[in-house]
Amino acid sequence: MPGFPLTRHSVVSSLGSEQSGVRRAAFDALATAYWKPVFKYVRLKWSATPDEAADLTQAFFLRAYEKNYFASFDPARARFRTFLRTCLDRFVANVRQESRRLKRGGAVEFVPFDFASAEHELQRQQTGDAVQELDAFFHREWLRSLFALAADRLRTQCAANGRALRFTIFERYDLAADESAQPTYAALARDLNLSITDVTNELAAARRDFRRLVIAVLREQCATDEEFEAEARALGPAHDL
Amino acid sequence: MISESALDRLQALFAAPDLSGTRYQLVSVLGRGGMAVVYLARDTTLDRDVALKVLDWTVDESSASRLAQEARILARLEHPGIVPVHDFGQLADGRLFYAMKRVRGERLDRWAAGRDVYERLNAFLRVCDAVAFAHAHGVIHRDLKPENVMVGEFGEVLVLDWGIARVDGQSERRGTLVGTPDYMAPEQLQADGAVDGRADVFSLGVLLAGLGDSRKALRAIAAKAAAADPAARYASVTALGADVARFMAGLAVDALPESLSDRVVRFARRHRVAIALVLTYLAVRLLLLSAFRI
Repeated sequence: MPGFPLTRHSVVSSLGSEQSGVRRAAFDALATAYWKPVFKYVRLKWSATPDEAADLTQAFFLRAYEKNYFASFDPARARFRTFLRTCLDRFVANVRQESRRLKRGGAVEFVPFDFASAEHELQRQQTGDAVQELDAFFHREWLRSLFALAADRLRTQCAANGRALRFTIFERYDLAADESAQPTYAALARDLNLSITDVTNELAAARRDFRRLVIAVLREQCATDEEFEAEARALGPAHDL
Repeated sequence: MISESALDRLQALFAAPDLSGTRYQLVSVLGRGGMAVVYLARDTTLDRDVALKVLDWTVDESSASRLAQEARILARLEHPGIVPVHDFGQLADGRLFYAMKRVRGERLDRWAAGRDVYERLNAFLRVCDAVAFAHAHGVIHRDLKPENVMVGEFGEVLVLDWGIARVDGQSERRGTLVGTPDYMAPEQLQADGAVDGRADVFSLGVLLAGLGDSRKALRAIAAKAAAADPAARYASVTALGADVARFMAGLAVDALPESLSDRVVRFARRHRVAIALVLTYLAVRLLLLSAFRI
């Protein structure tokens, strides 16, 4: 990653920067957040094989960078997520029409995309119902990616602050794969040699930090306050109560 | 990889507020504002409904302190026209909240539709009472509009949403634009945003224009209250309310210097019964006089 830390409110607004370093850092941040939803979406919407979807994903980001696709994003017209998906659909349709073989990578290398793991995830997901509603599917995949980025930051932050135990509790309780893998507070307390109150306090603190980090990542991915507020409202389940 | 189950769990962290450890149970969403959601909740201790205003996840520190200030302002303003606050605190999930009386009723403009002008003006005077009370306690509302006035099922009038109210002597971040443009005094739009109680007088003037009818005196009161220059407005909400009360009593209003003919017409309207009696008496006398002459 080039040495241009992004300090602006939104990486989306940095995509049109005149400074190539800033633009590149913004692009990497977006690619990190979106490559998995893009890969899985191409697999499902366009019925692409894993190899073809990997090629298309890589080519899409390469083309978007070279042609500066995202600089034409107008926040008054749509959310960035919707805009990106429209660009993607157009891109894949064109590629299919041209029926030409895509070159992998090219001269520019982005953050590494681990397609094998994304494909593995896709196989593990029960996507039968989700495929019927691609909008919802893309949203859920974007959410998964957003939460994963925030969880990574939480891990780093906890480690840096000498609170690795806090992340461990969060990981074991809130990131547990399913209900059967989720320990009780008592089991966690026993395993980690803590009182149950300590476990609940640490978990509450980790959740607070996690929410704050999700909001920070989300802010980076939105171009305007309005888009941010709309996306933030969509973080929770569709029906609150 | 975040599993489906974990994703649901994490999403739940951004859903309804965590009321564990409190005396409240969530019932439904009442409304959503710029920085908070208002929920209908059940106070299980006192067995009554309350409105819970819970701060959004997304807000920054200044919005958090604004909610705390709003709760403190409401606690300070004990008045029948101002929604009472019952409780303030932090939920288990870290969000700030306060509990207030659940108000049942209609917003002012909807309630006013189809009602007699004097009924509407009476409601307006109640709003003035509440705002004047707040001013006397050093609080300026800054966002008075029909949506923020509720008329209850027994005719009670309540001024809501003190979220951007300003307390005398407290500074504010420069460049913070607060309020609703249609009802906002011009000085609120300026960069330093320095306002006093006359900003509320302006908003009340706009409110009155929507509640009154086409009578000249009433229009003059609304125009004076909503004058662009603060110095040309009523000096206080009390003075505005007093002028409206004078209008309702059929007296001359400060906002409209009267010509002689205006004064005669108003006098005739105000004393029409007495005038009718005198005229009837005179007519009878004349009749009798002419009868005896014959």
